Amino acid sequence: MLVYLLCFALFLTGLYGVLAQRNIIKIVIGLSIMEFSLFLFMVLIGYVRLGDAPILVNGKEQTVFVDPLPQAMILTAIVIGLATNAMLLAIAIRIFRKYGTFDVRKINHLKG
Amino acid sequence: MNSLIPLFVILPLAAAFLTPLVSRFLGFFPKSISLLVYATLVILSILYFRGFGETTLLYKAGGWEPVNGVPIAIYLVLDGFSALMLLIINFIAFFCTLYSISYIKKFTAEPNFYVLLCLMVAGMNGVVLSGDLFNLYVFLEVASIASYALVAFGVEKEELEASFKYQVLGGIASLIILLGIGLVYWTTSTLNIDDVSQIIQGYSGNKIALFIQIMFIVGFGLKAAMVPFHAWLPDAHSSAPSPISSMLSGVLIKAGGVYVLIRLFFNMFSITYEIALTITTLGVLSMLIGGILAIGQWDYKRLLAYSSISQVGYISIGMGIGMMVLATNANRDIAALALFGGLFHMINHAVGKGLLFMTAGSVEYATGIRDLNKLGGLIKKMPITSSASFGGSMSISGLPPFSGFFSKLVIIIAAIQAHYYLVAFLAAGMSIVTLSYFLRLQKNLFTVKPKSEIEQVKEVPFAMSFSMVFLGVMCIALSLLIIPDLREAVITPAVNALFENSNYPVTILK
Repeated sequence: MLVYLLCFALFLTGLYGVLAQRNIIKIVIGLSIMEFSLFLFMVLIGYVRLGDAPILVNGKEQTVFVDPLPQAMILTAIVIGLATNAMLLAIAIRIFRKYGTFDVRKINHLKG
Repeated sequence: MNSLIPLFVILPLAAAFLTPLVSRFLGFFPKSISLLVYATLVILSILYFRGFGETTLLYKAGGWEPVNGVPIAIYLVLDGFSALMLLIINFIAFFCTLYSISYIKKFTAEPNFYVLLCLMVAGMNGVVLSGDLFNLYVFLEVASIASYALVAFGVEKEELEASFKYQVLGGIASLIILLGIGLVYWTTSTLNIDDVSQIIQGYSGNKIALFIQIMFIVGFGLKAAMVPFHAWLPDAHSSAPSPISSMLSGVLIKAGGVYVLIRLFFNMFSITYEIALTITTLGVLSMLIGGILAIGQWDYKRLLAYSSISQVGYISIGMGIGMMVLATNANRDIAALALFGGLFHMINHAVGKGLLFMTAGSVEYATGIRDLNKLGGLIKKMPITSSASFGGSMSISGLPPFSGFFSKLVIIIAAIQAHYYLVAFLAAGMSIVTLSYFLRLQKNLFTVKPKSEIEQVKEVPFAMSFSMVFLGVMCIALSLLIIPDLREAVITPAVNALFENSNYPVTILK
């Protein structure tokens, strides 16, 4: 149970980063931390105690396997996370070029 | 038809892939291929309505058959509700592309615009068709990432800031959805929506099932911009290029947010009164706060964006009342009526708000101004834009010959029949508020004398005015959907697909 709670703590750490930090790069880092805490959580869901890699080989006796589905899903989710992060950082670079700062308090052209 | 279902995802993806390759040699290729793809998909979804009515069509990716009753393939499911959404998505996308042909000329990197739009449509079609939670998440991300890039397409200060805000909140929403999906897999060991629905029935009072439902409400509520989660919408929708604003406001918040909420809560979870009450409350709050905030706006597109929040509230009210009636085991006909009202309003809002954002784009294209204080007197100079804007405004605010009136009326009647008088009263009252801010919009844009000099204003080019005229006509023509025969053909299959709780699972597991 402890590992799940640790995952959740990591998730909250990331959320704190997103909500409390003023630097947009740190906000992006916070989002990544949240993302990876979830990936960890989902891989743990599929973990079976003393389970083996889910590959069928002739002459292998053991029948307890870890669940491969969350692993496949996480691989997909990592790729999606890569795209999201690349997009966020590209926008962050453009923002720095236009505003000359990474401080969210000074990036406030939109109001209302 | 079964084997044609993947085309809804493959065709836009293929167009997105081919466009950058071919557009170097053929300048007209990006526009024509996009238009062709959307037109084909509109025809395909109409074919479903004509030929299949109420049946649920299935496509098993890779051809994997269920093993011992456990589905192992990724399922694409086409039923009445999905087909209705597909029709809306591709129809609006077609006219947005047509509109963009002239509008997007002022931007550099024109082909990229069409590529991103195709990706967004592919993602939304995938969300609507997906019968599998994780697959739904993947397609939702495809649509979202494309929309982040499209919001920032102008790469000016405002666009970048809006896009960043949108990405952070959209990213949090996606993560919360992913957490919900992980928990679903933890409790049920499956991700197929129908399979989950059969297993989760036994967990109806369970804390974990409740937690999952709340995660989904928060996640998809963020995507749909319901009120406590609406902060990103006015910025993102007012900063994007106008045809994209039409797509975002008209379609994306529905396909990525409201559609999934309706699908999951009617077809997957067993409906409980508390959750239904939560959704109705969120809907009422969105309707009130979005409408009240819209009154104070002096930016054309920002006003429309706040109005979108308010109208999404109406749709959620239709859905929430339907759920509350079902949860209290009252008359199913009332629930069906409420849901019909919600779906009907979804169609009307997609067309009406799409049209209004296009007129905002036209005004900006012709005058370069979005501030309502500085505009005026456009009715003589831009007759087509002004009449289209009038039609869209009246449809959204709900005046009788226009379609928005009938959908709001149906929602209010359903609320009264279900004895939720307060909701009915508020919905009727907000309709007047909506009318007031749209009338002020009309006055400021078209009748009063302009305060600054607007001399050389001309009507917009043909492609733009044609799409506006067509959607304007649709605003009136859609009221025909209230006629029983047409309603039976178009919206009733969607309502039935959601209501026959048994229908969705049984057809899939066969």
